[in-house]
Amino acid sequence: MSEPVRREPLSTSSEWNFDLIQRFDEEIGRIARDKYQLDTFPNQIEVISSEQMMDAYSSVGMPVGYHHWSFGKQFVEVENRYRRGQMGLAYEIVINSNPCIAYLMEENTMTMQALVIAHACYGHNSFFKGNYLFRTWTDASAIIDYLVFARHYIAQCEERHGVEEVERVLDSCHALMNYGVDRYKRPYPISAATEAQRQQERETLLQQQVSELWKTFPEMQPGIRRRKQAQRYPAEPQENLLYFIEKNAPLLEPWQREIVRIVRKMAQYFYPQRQTKVMNEGWATFWHYTLLNDLYDEGLITEGAMLEFLQSHSQVVYQPPFDSQWYSGINPYALGFAMFRDIRRICEAPTEEDRRWFPDIAGSDWLKTLKFAMQSFKDESFIQQFLSPRVIRDMKLFAVLDDDHEDHLEIRAIHDDAGYQTVRQLLSEQYNLSIHEPNIQVFDADIRGDRSLTLQHIRQDRRPLARDRAHDVMRHLYRLWQFDVHLESIEDGRVVERLSIPPKEDSAPQEQ
Amino acid sequence: MSFIVDRRLNGRHKSTINRQRFLKRYREHIREAVNDAVNQRSIRDMQRGERIVIPRKDLSEPQFHHGPGGRRSVVHPGNREFQQGDTITRPPGGGAGDGGQASNQGEGLDDFAFELDPREFLNFLFEGLALPNLIKRQLQGESSYRAVHGGIVSEGNPSKINIVRSMRQASMRRRALGAASRRQLGELKAEQAALLEQEQSPERQARLAELGELIARREGRVSRIPFLDTVDLRYNHTIRQPVPVSRAVMFCIMDVSGSMNQEMKELAKRFFLLLFLFLQRNYTHTEIVFIRHHTSAKEVDEQEFFYSRETGGTIVSSALKLTSDIIRERYPEDEWNIYTAQASDGDNWNDDSPTCVRILREELLPKMQYFAYVEIMPRRHQALWDSYMQVHLQHPNAFALQQIDGPEDIYPVFRELFRQRMEEHTP
Repeated sequence: MSEPVRREPLSTSSEWNFDLIQRFDEEIGRIARDKYQLDTFPNQIEVISSEQMMDAYSSVGMPVGYHHWSFGKQFVEVENRYRRGQMGLAYEIVINSNPCIAYLMEENTMTMQALVIAHACYGHNSFFKGNYLFRTWTDASAIIDYLVFARHYIAQCEERHGVEEVERVLDSCHALMNYGVDRYKRPYPISAATEAQRQQERETLLQQQVSELWKTFPEMQPGIRRRKQAQRYPAEPQENLLYFIEKNAPLLEPWQREIVRIVRKMAQYFYPQRQTKVMNEGWATFWHYTLLNDLYDEGLITEGAMLEFLQSHSQVVYQPPFDSQWYSGINPYALGFAMFRDIRRICEAPTEEDRRWFPDIAGSDWLKTLKFAMQSFKDESFIQQFLSPRVIRDMKLFAVLDDDHEDHLEIRAIHDDAGYQTVRQLLSEQYNLSIHEPNIQVFDADIRGDRSLTLQHIRQDRRPLARDRAHDVMRHLYRLWQFDVHLESIEDGRVVERLSIPPKEDSAPQEQ
Repeated sequence: MSFIVDRRLNGRHKSTINRQRFLKRYREHIREAVNDAVNQRSIRDMQRGERIVIPRKDLSEPQFHHGPGGRRSVVHPGNREFQQGDTITRPPGGGAGDGGQASNQGEGLDDFAFELDPREFLNFLFEGLALPNLIKRQLQGESSYRAVHGGIVSEGNPSKINIVRSMRQASMRRRALGAASRRQLGELKAEQAALLEQEQSPERQARLAELGELIARREGRVSRIPFLDTVDLRYNHTIRQPVPVSRAVMFCIMDVSGSMNQEMKELAKRFFLLLFLFLQRNYTHTEIVFIRHHTSAKEVDEQEFFYSRETGGTIVSSALKLTSDIIRERYPEDEWNIYTAQASDGDNWNDDSPTCVRILREELLPKMQYFAYVEIMPRRHQALWDSYMQVHLQHPNAFALQQIDGPEDIYPVFRELFRQRMEEHTP
């Protein structure tokens, strides 16, 4: 690389002002665009106070959201811990929308603001725009519109049906939120106005369909024999519980169905984020590191600022070892950053080992390879594809097997030649949501009989559900379905455990 | 391309509604905590926030999760001495099992604690309480006015300028003042245009020059009309309208006789303090009269009522008589809602109790909204209780009595005495 021209630093003090933020943003943007060709949404940088940051926290960063007590609880919790100094606020929150909204906190120094701009406005932003999951499943230009629609709709419902009534439905939906995701279908973008109009059409149509589905009239006439239940309904197990409820729950009011839909949409919107934690943070961290180093090379930030940056950067990517009291799982920033850096290294200076493990990318153009990795993978496949022996060695990863049939834990693999493959495989599975979360699907809705709904939990490696929590979730499901609900745990094709709401003892019909 | 927005001026209490919903949802838990807090606090610091602790299990938002058991593999960082195939004993609590959910909450896992601010605390404390039978409403006092819109006026405070009306006024004035000049201007311009059509001639040139000057003068006149003048300004007017308010006076009667030991006085003080806070908070137009008595009764100020030490025998009727006198002198019953709260150990001189009952029946209760009596006496009742019981049976709505055994009773008894009754939602 040619020696860059040294320029005057943009600022020598730690104070920030709006001019400085703008100049930093211009410089960082220039480098990101011209040198690295990062493709981003336009940025909307909002400066907020720490209290507003707490507000943003408790509404998952969303600028508008419907009202619900759980957000209040979150706010109270954040406020509390912040006041007592148990936690610092994150430096930034960034929203996957177009324009991409990033929050800067007024308490930060100029260096930190520059870090956040590089991290959020160019790192996360380009990830949102480039990664295939976000491209397929979220629509950045429509999300704010949809949030506005959701907020108005729910406020309207509260006026009509009472806050508590609406809250009950929301509670139940939130309990099933992780199971409100379509993994294969693609939602299409629409605006708030169309959404409102669609909502009304949907309301009438949906109610009609449901009534059709549950129509029992012919069978009630004497002389007509009850039809044999020819087939299960649904014919194939359904993984999207909320979708199934929205379309099929027998007694829900139209507005309740719409609320189910809203929660489902939110779950869908956040689904890519849950699947790309390591990649997203790793990518953003890689870019703030790279971009700030470039700023420093050009002389645009001082050595003092660089030291401050490096200090907070190393805090962000610190991985406490498993036996530390600070350990709470693998730090996605650390893992992601290490992996992206390592991909660059493999491209620029491959070793013999790298050529063996990564024949395709060793020695290739690092920027292209990095972007390809960012665009085409999620955490699970990204680790599967790119976790190198070098990173495993650096982080000293090891896999522990915990089998409740054995008295002892067993070390299955460590960072050595025999273990790399296993560690990589297991770590990848750890980020596979379908393994991490219990596999629960709608198995059968008894539409011709007692209208009960049966879910199946397919146990993997004999892992059971946390029973009391599952019990609570099932009660929420019962509230939505309003007829008996059952949860069967399946192991090797046999039902090993059964959970019913209301409990089986009093099997009196629960008509409402 | 970036936009930079300063949002710091936006509201910072975006989460207020959510916070309130949260408080509402956990009202029962919070009320319990407030209840406990009241009993543990010293009488001086009622007006403080409170730290509320709610068991986390009651707050859960349940989700499907894996429970312990089965066969699972977890990858951890920071290996030091392990080799493949090593076996280690299972750490207690399955710590190595599920690194994510369980441990990142740290030690705060059991309870969910947060602060109520003082206002919220008092809200919970006095929720659902009211002075009973508050019926008399009077026009009275300076503060019982309400500001209402009183139309538009031409003089007023700059902060109340009505912009639309001012601009309309200005527009009218500009039109009116400029009308003559503009009409003439039109005529002159028409003449000028006509002249320009004609052939060149010296007269025409002279007239044109003259017209040019006239037009310039008229145009100057129109342009000099001010866009906005002080006479245009219009202001929103507010007038003060008297509103009927209900005025209430509360007599606090405390027995400080020798039979009341220190502990009992403390209980009585706590009860009155609660009452005092309640009245101060809920009713701006409430006066409070403090009366303490042993053998003779005396009207005292707040400080003396709560903190002075004085003692003697017990004649309850002296206090009732004094109350009756004060009512007659200062609080005519057709203007005031009158309440009395009395605390005593009930250890009255025997022949005094009938006197008390007589004063109550004949002088006090007819004028009064509500009389609440608390007997501070563990276990058994004293002479006064029986006499008062008769009064209660005759006037169940206007006379109430309760017994306090210890500090833990104060708040429940207080709530019982001043519970908002359903039939009392008077307009």
